[in-house]
Amino acid sequence: MNISKEIETSPKPVQQRTSGAKKRKNKETFEAYLYLLPSLLIFAVFTFFPAIFSIVVSTFRWNMPSPASFVGLENYIYLFTDAIESPIFWKSILNTFYFSLGVPINLIISLLIALLLNRKIRGVGIFRTTFFLPTITSTAAVSVVWLWLFHPAQYGLFNSILISLGLPIQAWLRDPALAMPCLIMMGVWSGMGYNIIIFLAGLQSIPGTYYEAAKIDGANGIGLFKHITWPLLGPTLFYVLTVGMINSLKAFTEIDVMTQGGPLNATNTMAYYLYQNAFQFFQMGKASAIAVLLFILMLLLTWIQFRFVDRSVHYE
Amino acid sequence: MNNRTELISASTRAKRKMKHRILTILSDGLWYVVVIAIALAVMLPFIWMIVTSLKGPTEVFAYPPTWIPKDPQWSNYIEMWKEAPFGRYFLNSAIVAIAVTIGQLTSCVLAAFAFARMEFKGKNAMFMIFLSTTMISSQVTLVPTYLVMRSLDWIDSYQALIVPFLANAFGVFMLRQSFRTVPRELEEAAKLDGCGRFRFLIQMLLPLCKPILASQALFAFMGNWNSYQWPLIITNQDSMRTLQIGLRYFVSGEGSTQWGVYMAAALVVCLPVIIIYFLVQKTFVESMASTGLKDI
Repeated sequence: MNISKEIETSPKPVQQRTSGAKKRKNKETFEAYLYLLPSLLIFAVFTFFPAIFSIVVSTFRWNMPSPASFVGLENYIYLFTDAIESPIFWKSILNTFYFSLGVPINLIISLLIALLLNRKIRGVGIFRTTFFLPTITSTAAVSVVWLWLFHPAQYGLFNSILISLGLPIQAWLRDPALAMPCLIMMGVWSGMGYNIIIFLAGLQSIPGTYYEAAKIDGANGIGLFKHITWPLLGPTLFYVLTVGMINSLKAFTEIDVMTQGGPLNATNTMAYYLYQNAFQFFQMGKASAIAVLLFILMLLLTWIQFRFVDRSVHYE
Repeated sequence: MNNRTELISASTRAKRKMKHRILTILSDGLWYVVVIAIALAVMLPFIWMIVTSLKGPTEVFAYPPTWIPKDPQWSNYIEMWKEAPFGRYFLNSAIVAIAVTIGQLTSCVLAAFAFARMEFKGKNAMFMIFLSTTMISSQVTLVPTYLVMRSLDWIDSYQALIVPFLANAFGVFMLRQSFRTVPRELEEAAKLDGCGRFRFLIQMLLPLCKPILASQALFAFMGNWNSYQWPLIITNQDSMRTLQIGLRYFVSGEGSTQWGVYMAAALVVCLPVIIIYFLVQKTFVESMASTGLKDI
């Protein structure tokens, strides 16, 4: 958001009135658009056109390979009210929010680790690297690893740990009650690194003099956190929260590799249900309706984020 | 009198210093214990992946599980290439990731140059259009883009895996920011010497912005190497699958019991990115932190 502001406030070149200058300006405009052309073409064909087309398709009944027919808002009504269909769709909405519970959990754990890592001590770089590793590793590959960790037999690593603690073994991903918490756990693990890096950058941007001044005034560890770190980290926290929420709405890979939305739709989120409708049931209209609803949800989150970031500028 | 107080204060100061040092050592020690414990917990899935990848078909199912494979089965790493065309998957992933990286970087450099260095009609509007693309997520465009690909007859093709990713607004913002830091006087001087705009971009601006170009290339490569949903949808033939998709079908195949080989395959799939990450991790983490904070 601040980028666009910069543009508006950047000094405009002095107006030149000679026709030669005007010609030059026109030439520059033409040249500029040549530079923008490759990006614009790709965006037009693969972003803007599909986004609009998505809305159009959502008003059609289109069960491939049979031809499409216009049905207005029927797909939306169907999703929300049909006796067979709507329970699954409602469940997918609930699951989407359930899954995004991982975001605040992630936030708290990452913040604690970032606070721990925010000191000058030998070897801190190695730990930073370690915590970031899950974030850059392919989600498909780590999902396969977690599938194995959560293996429902006694030789699955988590179950063998439970046994050694004297606890009963679990079916993990095959248990409708446990499957989602398992996915959240893996999500927290893989998303932590990114948050830690952002938090560390935020923490390091707080001037040390603030802390020194507060210490002179007699503030202790918790007081320092409450009165300096927390308020100054506010914008960063909010940024991480909204970006995390948007990303969690998009989660697909781990669900597809580990549960395929099961068991009994316990991990079927909107994003996954969209995929199922489009590429397993071939109901393009219904899938597009879900896409439009998901888009509205994401737009809402983005809007909230921009509003807040705008305000946080004044705060600083 | 004066001397005595000084002596006392000196000794208490020394004592205090000692106490402080002991406290520092203790707190440092505690810090290491806590952080190492967390690091080990975070590394556990990786450790378990490597351990399992060396186990034979019987040891995998042994209870209690062993932490050090009794008879390391390095053959698992050979077996995986025989059981599925991982060589082909690898080639596909490499072709697609490299093509996307080069193409995306090119389009980003050109657009960023226009935004950073040129005055033109509709600049603000254009910038808003670029900005708005970041709000349209791939989930929303999934179905229509698939339909477009189908009508172009691009299913199971490299074009389908590459072309949609040849533009990236985030990359444009990052590069633009970097291009703006280069002083305008340099461009004026170059112009006086008869250097055209495009030549200025190629010969002067780009060499000055190497670090940011490198990190953008890295993001593009890693993101594409790890991408999953689009390649899953757009490829049907085994020969067109990328590594991620190949791994998925390999693991969910019949039987699904060769966990030793699966873990070997999972390791091979994520290894290239891990190696790159370790080679350039300092630049990577720094640019990650600055991308996240300054530009979104």
